[in-house]
Amino acid sequence: MEVKLKVKRFDPESPEVKGRYQEYSVDMPENATVLESLIQARDYEDESLALRCSCRSSICGSCAMRINGRARLACKTQVRNLTKEGGEEIVVEPPGNMPVIKDLVVDMSSFWDKVLAVKPWLQPSGPPPEREYLVPNEAMAALTEVMNCIMCGACVSDCTVLEVDPTFLGPAALAKAWRFVGDPRDAEDLPRLRELSEASGMWDCTRCNMCVQVCPKDVKPMDQILKLRAEATHAGITGNAGSRHTIAFTEIVEHSGRLDEFRLPILTHGKLNLVGQVSDLPVALRMLRSGKMPSPFHKPIGGVKHIKRIFRRFAGKKPSEGSH
Amino acid sequence: MRYAFWPGCVSKGACPELYTSMVRVAPELGIELEELYDGNCTGAGVISEHSMETADALNARNFALAQRLGLPLINICSTCQGVQSLAQQRLRKNPQLAARVNEALADEGLQYDAEKGLEVKNFLWVLVEDLGLEKLRSMVKKPLTGLKAGPFYGCYILRPESVLGFDEHPDRDHYLEYVIEAVGATVVNYEGQDKCCGFPIMTINKKNSLSMAASHLSEAQSEGADCLVTPCPLCHLNLDAQQPDAVRYATVNGLEVPILHLPQLIGLALGIDAAELRLNRHVVSTRKVLARL
Repeated sequence: MEVKLKVKRFDPESPEVKGRYQEYSVDMPENATVLESLIQARDYEDESLALRCSCRSSICGSCAMRINGRARLACKTQVRNLTKEGGEEIVVEPPGNMPVIKDLVVDMSSFWDKVLAVKPWLQPSGPPPEREYLVPNEAMAALTEVMNCIMCGACVSDCTVLEVDPTFLGPAALAKAWRFVGDPRDAEDLPRLRELSEASGMWDCTRCNMCVQVCPKDVKPMDQILKLRAEATHAGITGNAGSRHTIAFTEIVEHSGRLDEFRLPILTHGKLNLVGQVSDLPVALRMLRSGKMPSPFHKPIGGVKHIKRIFRRFAGKKPSEGSH
Repeated sequence: MRYAFWPGCVSKGACPELYTSMVRVAPELGIELEELYDGNCTGAGVISEHSMETADALNARNFALAQRLGLPLINICSTCQGVQSLAQQRLRKNPQLAARVNEALADEGLQYDAEKGLEVKNFLWVLVEDLGLEKLRSMVKKPLTGLKAGPFYGCYILRPESVLGFDEHPDRDHYLEYVIEAVGATVVNYEGQDKCCGFPIMTINKKNSLSMAASHLSEAQSEGADCLVTPCPLCHLNLDAQQPDAVRYATVNGLEVPILHLPQLIGLALGIDAAELRLNRHVVSTRKVLARL
């Protein structure tokens, strides 16, 4: 099978040449992966092509790169599945949101710095037990998704927040943080959650699901971030707009069955936060002018008493212990 | 084609032009809407951050209302679609959860049969899968030739694919392009068309939120788009109502991209008057669009 690759090149010795794509055509067996095709191109066509790889069986996490516009492990991506997606040529680019060193190799320092920033180690309290720590099975089972993480950086590559804000902790580090906040042996939950509730932390995630989609190990980083948020809110760490937003949203729906877009931003900023309130005035005026301003007189839905009953019945259950 | 209709909170709140245009366009397409007037907010993925089970019960209530009518459910909001699909998956996979939820719904005489399930479809999916592009083409009275339109999907109608029926319908991430073409307009593709509009963090991190909107709008404009079309009113809010503030993060000069709701695009092609589709109720003027017709 002929495999056509279009690879984005970058040479640190001539950094002025940006965004150059080079085409390779290699003859491969039907079940070839993108990684095998790239190695073939490097070994037999162009030894200057730089890429990272090691285990070739989606365990080591070295070969994450953008393939046809989406972060994937090159070793886990079969060429024939891509040709089914359409297009004869496979476009291969380095992972995003990290500086390129050469061709498909990026500098992952910021990735590791952020993982380290969440203190990814167990911090139990008191002296260690004489034998091992005993943990109920279900408590660890709830962490299996995040323990599957191989630190490949695919989620970070395609994170839509990191594209506009490199200070965001990002999906990999935040998911790793849940690994320890969710661990019953760890005693530092509250300090961890407080720190992660600061700017550039858990509340800056837009819930766009990109990390869930691209993760090759089904870690669902965003879902782990949402568990952190729930845990923080339930722990009373609510002095931030993100937490106020979820609380206000939930209370509004509880009391009227539907969203009250007039009150929600006011409550999210905090009623006494005049700066926040004033910052929304221009958009409020624009919407008023266009006849789009939600009415300040919010009407509950019919049957709202049933909504209130549903809330009372399920109140207090955390997402992490709910229906997962 | 008859559907139980869940319009979502935003089409009845900050985007009333979406509701009006949908209700105006549907009968022209032969779509009958039985509105769930007593339906409740899906939680928009926010209530589930607080309590997943409450959110699942709220969604099951809407599903039960539709099942009682014996009709599939149609929504006009990408966010509702994503939240409803996820809730359906959890209720289907976890019979104990479905039983607990049904106990709560029984007080109101409602019951959601999770095993039987319910077809929940965004208007975009209904256009392509139920009405069909051929039929849509044949209904066009005023082809939108000359209009260059960029798609903007909204995250929750695209991701995660595993819960959004992509196994059965792998093209769902191209439907907006198909529809734009079917009504005679030209598709303008750009990098940000499947990314996040920034709306969910508008009141949490305004700078990031506006930067995201600005980035997509700038790209679309520099690719030559006259307007964007979206099936999501939340994206509409960030791309339209916030656009005058997003301008400061734009990478092009003179950013001005009108944002159409999907039913408005269809309505124009069906020859419905722009004012009836409430194209005069946008923050960013739609005159650029109307000038092309």
